[in-house]
Amino acid sequence: MNIVVCVKQVPEVTDAELEINREGTEILKEDLEFDINEWDNYAVEEAVLIKEAHGGKVTVVTLGDEDCEDVLRTALAMGADEAIRIDEQGFEFSDAAGIAQGLYHAVRDVPFDLLLTGAQGSDDGWAQVGLTLAELLGISYASLVVGVEIGEGTITVHRELESNTQEKVEMPLPAALTIQTGINNPRYVSIMGIQKVRRIEIKETGSKELGLSEAEIGSQGSSVASQKLSLPPVGEGAEILTGSLDEICEKTAQIIRDKGGVM
Amino acid sequence: MDEILVLAEHRQGELRDITFEMLFAANTLGKENGLATAGLLLGHETSGLAGKLKGACDRVLVIEDPELAHYNADQYLMALETAVKDRKPLLTLIGHTAMGMDLAPAMAARLCLPLVTDCVELSLEEGRLGVLRQIYGGKINAQLVMKPSDHYLISLRTGAFDAEVEQGKSGDVETIPAPAWTNLRGRQFAGADILVSIGRGIGKPENIPLAQKFADAIGATLSCSRPVADEEWLPKSRQVGTSGKTVRPKVYIALGISGAYQHQAGMKNADTIIAVNKDPMAPIFAIAHYGIVEDLLQVLPVLTEHLATK
Repeated sequence: MNIVVCVKQVPEVTDAELEINREGTEILKEDLEFDINEWDNYAVEEAVLIKEAHGGKVTVVTLGDEDCEDVLRTALAMGADEAIRIDEQGFEFSDAAGIAQGLYHAVRDVPFDLLLTGAQGSDDGWAQVGLTLAELLGISYASLVVGVEIGEGTITVHRELESNTQEKVEMPLPAALTIQTGINNPRYVSIMGIQKVRRIEIKETGSKELGLSEAEIGSQGSSVASQKLSLPPVGEGAEILTGSLDEICEKTAQIIRDKGGVM
Repeated sequence: MDEILVLAEHRQGELRDITFEMLFAANTLGKENGLATAGLLLGHETSGLAGKLKGACDRVLVIEDPELAHYNADQYLMALETAVKDRKPLLTLIGHTAMGMDLAPAMAARLCLPLVTDCVELSLEEGRLGVLRQIYGGKINAQLVMKPSDHYLISLRTGAFDAEVEQGKSGDVETIPAPAWTNLRGRQFAGADILVSIGRGIGKPENIPLAQKFADAIGATLSCSRPVADEEWLPKSRQVGTSGKTVRPKVYIALGISGAYQHQAGMKNADTIIAVNKDPMAPIFAIAHYGIVEDLLQVLPVLTEHLATK
C-alpha cells in the first residue's frame, strides 16, 4: 500500500494577536510560529499507521518555500519514507485550484494506492485541494474521513456528517481521502527524531520543471481578482467586562444571579 | 433571466436548514439583481420535498432516480453536472456541509468553474461576484472580488444566513431527466451500522415506504435481497448477497427475506440478526438470532410505533 500525503505549513494563530499589512493583502507573519497544518498531521499519522499494518511506502509532498522543509522533516520523523517539495515560486497568490494543479503535476507520476490530505487548512480554510486533486487524477474520493478499513483492492471509510452521525462508503483503490481531525492520535516527534531523518534527501521541483504555465497558477491562474483582509469587529455584540479580575468575577456572578443562573 | 441555482440538501426525508439559508441568500441577491431562484432537488420520491421548496423559489428543478436515494458523490456529481449544463445559471449555491464539502471542489474541477467555499456574505456588482470569508479560524475577515465569469460555484457556511426564508412564491416543478449512469468511479454507500433489508415478502413497491419509515425511525439504511433489486424496486447498489454487497452491521433486520445461501453469504456475520417472515421454515431463521413468524406488513407499523414512543 503506497501512500502519498500532501501537507502544508501554516502559521500558528490560536494564541496570536494577528496584524495585517498596510495593503490589506496579508497577515504579518514575522512574529508567528509555523507548524504542520493540524489536519495534515492526522493525515500523516494515518498514512504511517496504514503502512505499519499493510507495508508499503509513504511519500509526503508540500508546496512552499525552503522553510517548509520543516514540515517534511516532521513527517519523515513520524515514519514517512520520501519527501518532495514543490518550490512556491510562481505559485504566489494561487487559489486552491492553482495549488491543486501544482500538487497534481508532482504526484501523478508517483505510484500510489492512496492519496491523503487534511480536510482543510487552518489558514485559508478552502477545504478544496484534496478533492480537486482527486478530480484531476480521475479517482474515487471521500472527504471528512474519520475511519479507514483497508480491503482487497477496495477501501471502506467512515465520513463524519452533521449531528454526530457518520456514513460508511466503499470505493476501489486508488482513492483520495481528506482526513478529519480526531481520526487517530498523531505521534509526538522529538528533536532527536528529526535529527535521525536529517540525511534523507528531499526531492525538489518547481512550476517550470512540472511544466506549468503562468496562466495556470499564481495570480493569473486564480479565479480571485482581489482579496482585502480586515480584523473582524471585536466585541461588537458583547459588553466586555472590565476591571480587576476580582471585580470582573463579581460582576459576572451578579449577572449570572440576575439572569436566573443560580437556583 | 439569469438564474441562481440552489442545491437543496436533505437527509432522511427532511430538508435541512442550510437549504433555506441558501434560498434566503439567493432570493435576497436575486431581488437586488433581477435573478430568478431555482431550487434543485436530487433524490428519489421527492414530491413531498418539492412541495416544501415551492414557496421559497421561482422554480423547483427535480432529478428523480433510485440511484439518488442516498447521497453519493459519484451520482450526485453527475446529476448536478446535468442540471448545471441544462440551466447555465450565473451562480450555483451549495452548502458548506459534509455533503457540499464532498461535492463542490470536484464539481468545480470537472466543469472548470471558479469556486469560493465557506462564504458568509455575497454581493454582485456589475456581474462580478464579491464574497466575505473568514480565515485563520475566524480571526481575519477576507473580502474577495472574483474575476468575471459566466458561472460561479459558491458554498455557504451554515448559519450565516437566515433560515426563515420568506414564503409566498409558487415555483413550478420541472423535471430534468436523470443522466445515464456511465463512467461511475465505484464509490458506494457501504451501509450503516443498522440495516433494514427487504425481500420478496414486501410484496409490492407501494409497501416500501412502510419499511423506509421504519428504517428512518431507527436511523437505519434500507437494503434488499436480490428479487427486490431485480424488480428495480430498489437500486442494485442496495443489494446484499453474493452478487451484491457483503455487510457486517451491528444489527441486520431481514424483512420478508427467505434467506437463500447467496443472501446469507452477504450478511451472516452481522452482530445481531432479526428476521421477520411468514414462513416458519424460511432458512433465514437458521442463522438469525431472533425470529418473528408474522407478516411483515402487520409487524412494521406496530414496531415503528413502539420505537417512536420509547
